[in-house]
Amino acid sequence: MSSTIREADLGTKVTPLPARAAANTAVPPDHRIARNPGMKLDLGFMESVRSVNRSALERRVASLTKRRSIKADNQAAWLLRAVACMDLTTLNSNDTEERVRRLCAKAINPFRRDIAEGLGIADEKIHPAAVCVYHPFVATAVEAVRGTGIHVAAVSTAFPHGLAPLTTRLQEIEASVRDGADEIDVVIPRGLVFGAKWRELYNEIVSMRAACGDAHLKVILGTGDLATLRNVMLASMVAMMAGADFIKTSTGKESVNATLPVGLAMVRAIRAYFEETGYLIGFKPAGGISTAKASLDWLVLMKEELGRPWLEPDLFRFGASSLLTDIERQLEHHLTGHYSANHRHAMA
Amino acid sequence: MNILDRYHAMDYGPAPEARNEADAWLAARDFSKALFIDGTWKAASGGKSFETSEPSSGKLLAKVSDARATDIDAAVAAAAKALPKWSASSGYVRAKVLYAIGRAMQRHQRLFAVLETIDNGKPIRESRDIDVPLAIRHFIHHAGWAQALDRDFPGHKGVGVVGQIIPWNFPLLMLAWKIAPALAAGCTVVLKPAEFTPLTSILFAEICERAGVPKGVVNIVQGGPEAGAAIVNHPGVQKIAFTGSSEVGKIIRKATAGSGKKLSLELGGKSAFIVFEDADLDSAVEGLVDGIWFNQGQVCCAGSRLLVQEGIADALIAKVKTRMSRLRVGSPLDKNTDIGPLVDLTQLDRVKGLVAEGARQGAVCWQPDAALPSSGHYHLPTLATGVSPANILAQEEVFGPVLATMTFRNTEEAIELANNTRYGLAASVWSENVNLALHVAPQLKAGVVWVNGTNMFDAACGFGGYRESGFGREGGREGMFEYLTAKLPLGPVIKPATISAPPVEQADGSAIDRTAKLFIGGKQIRPDGNYSLAVATAKGKLAGEVGLGSRKDIRDAVSAARACKGWPDATAYNRSQVLYYLAENLSGRADEFSARLVQLTGVTAKAAREEVDQSIERLFLYAGLADKFEGRVHQPPARAVTLALHEPVGVVGIVAPDTSPLLGLISLVAPALAMGNTVVAVPSEKYPLLATDLYQVIEYSDVPAGAINIVTGRTAELAGVLAKHDDVDGLWVFADAETCAKAEADSIGNLKRVWSGNGRGLDWASDEAAGDAFLRRAVEVKNVWVPYGD
Repeated sequence: MSSTIREADLGTKVTPLPARAAANTAVPPDHRIARNPGMKLDLGFMESVRSVNRSALERRVASLTKRRSIKADNQAAWLLRAVACMDLTTLNSNDTEERVRRLCAKAINPFRRDIAEGLGIADEKIHPAAVCVYHPFVATAVEAVRGTGIHVAAVSTAFPHGLAPLTTRLQEIEASVRDGADEIDVVIPRGLVFGAKWRELYNEIVSMRAACGDAHLKVILGTGDLATLRNVMLASMVAMMAGADFIKTSTGKESVNATLPVGLAMVRAIRAYFEETGYLIGFKPAGGISTAKASLDWLVLMKEELGRPWLEPDLFRFGASSLLTDIERQLEHHLTGHYSANHRHAMA
Repeated sequence: MNILDRYHAMDYGPAPEARNEADAWLAARDFSKALFIDGTWKAASGGKSFETSEPSSGKLLAKVSDARATDIDAAVAAAAKALPKWSASSGYVRAKVLYAIGRAMQRHQRLFAVLETIDNGKPIRESRDIDVPLAIRHFIHHAGWAQALDRDFPGHKGVGVVGQIIPWNFPLLMLAWKIAPALAAGCTVVLKPAEFTPLTSILFAEICERAGVPKGVVNIVQGGPEAGAAIVNHPGVQKIAFTGSSEVGKIIRKATAGSGKKLSLELGGKSAFIVFEDADLDSAVEGLVDGIWFNQGQVCCAGSRLLVQEGIADALIAKVKTRMSRLRVGSPLDKNTDIGPLVDLTQLDRVKGLVAEGARQGAVCWQPDAALPSSGHYHLPTLATGVSPANILAQEEVFGPVLATMTFRNTEEAIELANNTRYGLAASVWSENVNLALHVAPQLKAGVVWVNGTNMFDAACGFGGYRESGFGREGGREGMFEYLTAKLPLGPVIKPATISAPPVEQADGSAIDRTAKLFIGGKQIRPDGNYSLAVATAKGKLAGEVGLGSRKDIRDAVSAARACKGWPDATAYNRSQVLYYLAENLSGRADEFSARLVQLTGVTAKAAREEVDQSIERLFLYAGLADKFEGRVHQPPARAVTLALHEPVGVVGIVAPDTSPLLGLISLVAPALAMGNTVVAVPSEKYPLLATDLYQVIEYSDVPAGAINIVTGRTAELAGVLAKHDDVDGLWVFADAETCAKAEADSIGNLKRVWSGNGRGLDWASDEAAGDAFLRRAVEVKNVWVPYGD
């Protein structure tokens, strides 16, 4: 091997916080897979996956989306799948409780009645897997979706930058869990990646996982900030070793959103982790995925690189806001042959 | 199955490409008049036809005119008639035609793709995304060369009427690779597509009709071996360009021997795909998909030999198997198909036979558990592990979706295994370490090397082989030279040597007897046979005796040349200084060499002195050019650089002429040496003492042992031995016509690159008998693709 993983000077050594009982475990999550317990930080394992060739990954995704084509009824079915794997999201600084209630209403009834009937799914519970909001709206969302099976995800840990003190960030997780969030989307401080402070990053995520309790932990890498696919791969590995249930690309606030090459690097990290440990880790691309066509590309990526299990909401989520409406338009076109307009579908 | 079922299944389902336009085209076309000659559609003169059928179903597509020799005569006549006007037309005129062809193809892109897939069986994804766009790119790129001809190739003109024969694996793309540079260079064309795949070439001819290609400039004749042979043997054809099997390539080399036809051959391969332990393994696996499972493995440059470093072999093989099980085998018109049928039942049988034989020889052959369509010539992707280098799957080109795997321990062994083949078309090197990748690439005997990639092609980058993968390049600046010719100053016709009665009288009795020997591996050596050849003075007296070299001396000289690493591995600056030093030392003995020239050839002292001075000047020239005849960096439309490296051809045999016996020899040896070749020189049979005098100069000029070897003797005999020696990479012959023709014909053992004067010498004293024309023959262009980005 030509190079080794370098662990930068730890500086002030971070002591992992003791595992805390989650503040609220009332809603047991219905994930059907064995939860990732994490593992010790294994720099040797990271070393074995650090070779990521950007040009080759770009070629792969370029041909991947051309190698597979999904037509007619299959396309409709796949678009429904995209909805079922969606974290319907609102993360704006002007969000209000009313806005969040509207989002939840859309999540509960994602399709116009005639479309659902036309597709023969009116009696099926095909809806976004979760709604994703800022902490202040968790309680509102929990109330709005109660009894529907829709999860409530809270972005946390000083989203989107992650630069608050660790104790503050952990308290934020605990508060959201206490309010009823059963999925927590945390961000990592990107500087730890640039500084190769892998142990510090690992320890932080271990603490976050502990703070989550039974709530599922999605770790946002902020890939648009990480510059190289190698950094994406290594950060993914650290997050999984530290006990992430999902790894997630972006906050949607970086200048570069979720891209397929980044996604490919992350799903390959998931595959490597699975081959090493036997645990299945979920993947959530987020940011900029707004068209039905793009959602199909991501689903193809999952099926080709990881296989059928990763087309279920317990292992795959889109973080999206406007995607749902575009899918609805496509589904209407599938039924009627008419191209639809946004205003013909209820807004979130 | 309702949508809900599909929602749970999450299968891709069928995604058929519409074929109605292609079927309509097929139905409307009269294939009994499928020969496009002189701008009109003609029936074959014999009225015969051949059938082309659909590989995925076996169904008949068309009965196509089968050209006979008389039809080829007509096509060549049309091309010859069109040539003067076309070659004299301005670059701008030709550029406009090439551009029009490219744009017209773009407008019918999908029809080309669907027809290609129907006819050949390749997945529509490939014909649509790779074959057709690349073909178009070729025409548009070469429009530029047409206009840049005077600027970039001064002193060159089109070679004339060109005969081109192309294979069935990339019917349209190979057509583009052939026709685009030919038209750019001002040549006119007779092209014969493969019998299995005539359709897209017929559509292309329609495009030519509409795009304003003058009548007779492009002639496309459908036919089989008879038509092919007629093109190869036609006296009205000045160049043959062939892509196909090495077997047929050798037949063509032999058939054209002595004809003076320019020749480029792009033949088979057994390309290495080398994965080092620091490679991105997942990406390397995708590279294999793009390598050996592209076009069902029916690709001359397919990475068919996987060489993997021991430490990662198990992990990589496991990944390969997982990936193979996701490859979709099925109808080539389905957009979700990765692997279609092979082109024909004969091809399927051949592949099956090779896999069975490979297994019998100990390879473990694995295939994913997948169902094949009920009809069509399908073959599952196949992985052969435990393949020894002697296994047929490691030796023979399978031309099917079969990957042979071997492991290596270290870099040196990887290179050795990669080069352990008669072929030399392409190679892939996978490593995240750019130092390693760029260390390995120049050591691979292959015309194309892809770093962390595979099967990357572009019109701006040369493609072509080393060794038995053929010679000549297609694409880029280097490809243009194949259709151009530069006039060299011709010398007199060379007559065969007559073995006259040896002179008996010593020319000058006063000197101490001298024994001229052979010069092999840096040593003066007596000939293996221990016979001598008497050398006469101009006045018919005995000037001395030289060793009568034999096949065994050539054998030893070639071994010495092959063993010499110090010369090809030296820096160009280093070689430059040695050649300067050689010139310096020759100049110190100029009087002596002048006297020898006078003595042997009878020229005046002034003329002799002039030849010596010119020889010194020529050494100086090539000493100076040693570090200046550089390669290029091509710019393909990708985030990659393509380094077109000039590498030495290798061991070059040089058979030097009698005229200007010193200058002629040096004019040939010096450029070969300057580019890093090692040389086995057979000097003038009549005046060999100049060469034996010269080795003394060589001995004290710091030339590494084996870089130059001199074997004196009978020109015809020694040229023949060099031609048949399969470890000689290049052979330059300036001898009588018969010796030249025989050397070309006999070169087919390893397809060495032969440059022959065809019975003529050059005017060695002319300034034009030097320079790039010589240096170009002294190098192979290797295109190393280096994608980058982090």
